[in-house]
Amino acid sequence: MDSILSWIHANQQIIYIVILMIFVGIEVIGRVPSVLHTPLMSGANAIHGVVIIGAIIVMGKAESDNYLALILGFLAVIVGTLNVVGGFVVTDRMLEMFKKKKK
Amino acid sequence: MELNILTLCYLIGSVTFILGLKMLSNPASARKGNLIAAAGMIIAILGTIFLYTDEEGNKLHNYGWIFGGILVGGIIGTLAAKKVKMTAMPEMVSMFNGMGGACAALISIVEFDHFTRITDSGYNVIEDLVLEPSTHVFIKHTDNGSVGFLLIIIAGLVIGSVSFAGSMVAWGKLNGKVKDFSFKGQHIFNIVLLLVIVGLAAYLIGWMPENAKLIFYSIFALSILYGVFFVFPIGGADMPVVISLLNSFTGVAAACGGFLYDNKVMLTGGILVGAAGTLLTILMCKAMNRSLANVLIGSFGGGAKAAAVGSKEQGAYKEISLSDTAVVMSYANKVYIVPGYGLAVAQAQHACHELEKLLTEKGVEVKYAIHPVAGRMPGHMNVLLAEADVSYDKLMEMEHANEEFPTTDVVLILGANDVVNPAAKTDPSSPIYGMPILDVELAKNVIVNKRSMKPGYAGIENDLFFQPKTSMLFGDAKKVLQDLIAEIKNL
Repeated sequence: MDSILSWIHANQQIIYIVILMIFVGIEVIGRVPSVLHTPLMSGANAIHGVVIIGAIIVMGKAESDNYLALILGFLAVIVGTLNVVGGFVVTDRMLEMFKKKKK
Repeated sequence: MELNILTLCYLIGSVTFILGLKMLSNPASARKGNLIAAAGMIIAILGTIFLYTDEEGNKLHNYGWIFGGILVGGIIGTLAAKKVKMTAMPEMVSMFNGMGGACAALISIVEFDHFTRITDSGYNVIEDLVLEPSTHVFIKHTDNGSVGFLLIIIAGLVIGSVSFAGSMVAWGKLNGKVKDFSFKGQHIFNIVLLLVIVGLAAYLIGWMPENAKLIFYSIFALSILYGVFFVFPIGGADMPVVISLLNSFTGVAAACGGFLYDNKVMLTGGILVGAAGTLLTILMCKAMNRSLANVLIGSFGGGAKAAAVGSKEQGAYKEISLSDTAVVMSYANKVYIVPGYGLAVAQAQHACHELEKLLTEKGVEVKYAIHPVAGRMPGHMNVLLAEADVSYDKLMEMEHANEEFPTTDVVLILGANDVVNPAAKTDPSSPIYGMPILDVELAKNVIVNKRSMKPGYAGIENDLFFQPKTSMLFGDAKKVLQDLIAEIKNL
């Protein structure tokens, strides 16, 4: 019990962020018309590509003799970039079509 | 100073993600929102590469590898995203989602390897751990910090792997490479598998046994397996829900990375997507009147199969010729088009728009009735029709369309099936019972274009096809529409 409380205390900032972000995420999406569901899903998909930052950190820290970290880190950077770049480009392509017929 | 700038980069990144998602919710600002989020992402990535320092003040190295990876991923990603056909969008999203999951899992594997190198085994070496630069502040502040650290690594591994494997199966299913597959007792098997994963994780975290690595890789393998079996039995009708759910999984996996590195932009981005994705999933489940748990256990496939076997012999249906269809449609006052997956498969959206224009010139009021889960993803039909320049205000949502059906002369159904199946309202034993549908039978005439009488994706018969008002117009949607346009022009 004590350790849980102290954990909460030590991590209060992160816990606040998590809770607030959950509400923000729900609020932001709650107003989306169903027309935009696919682009929105795709856009959210691109945003969680932020995981690439972790991949970059892993890669950037790998010692030059740690082949496991080098290879896996390199792979992680590749797939992370795929997620980010592919996600944003696909979303843009979808939305481009929405825009055309708006005028 | 540099670290302060990095903090600012992350702050900008987080704000653009929220702003981007918000703008994505409005058709007018959606594209800009996407670009803003992308810009924020670039700032956060560049900031990390050039400004990041660990707690000992060391900068990142291996720049060659980093830029090499970004270059390879960037080129493949751009090409894949640019070349993919509009109809293949859903599987592309699923694929990219899987890549994100894989990324999270790989990070966990490397970090765990790191962790075991430092601690060797056991928790008695916390002091050493404290010196380890990759572990983050909150771990150091607590006595049992490595528990939290391991928990996050393993959570990232499990969620990322499940998301990766599941997305790959969903991708295979959507492009027809993987067939639905289920066996007796699969639900129990899935639950047992999940329990084993949780049990192993608890054992690893709580006791940190000698063979920690073996257990860790077992968890990895089982998570992949779970991801596969998780999506395998779920029918195509549920794919949108599954992809959305896996999308939010990957968000949470990314947030685990945020915990791991005390990285606020990963944390905010990940949790934002996790929360938004979960809500979107629930909204979709609601649209089909099914509980999330029901989807999670993957019972749709089995239920649908049972219903297909049990379906009774149906009466006769009647066919309609192209020329009759042309006449009926040209002399109607109001026509509703109900697009479905068949339209997407046949790439018939342009022909469809042409038909709409032609009929409008003849003074017929033409609108589209869009069911929220028509096609393979929510909004799939909107995207498809938007590609063909169909005007935004001609697309009617389900509630609105249902109000107008009684005053509609002709409903033309193009490759849709389950979303117009009256069994959803009348047959409590049907697997789609309770799902809101388009009440097309309220219209005066219903013309159904299908390739054959085969049941739809959910595998159930559709009474609508046998009703006296309904006429069947068999053939590939694109060809039929082109012929129909020619017929109408000849009238």
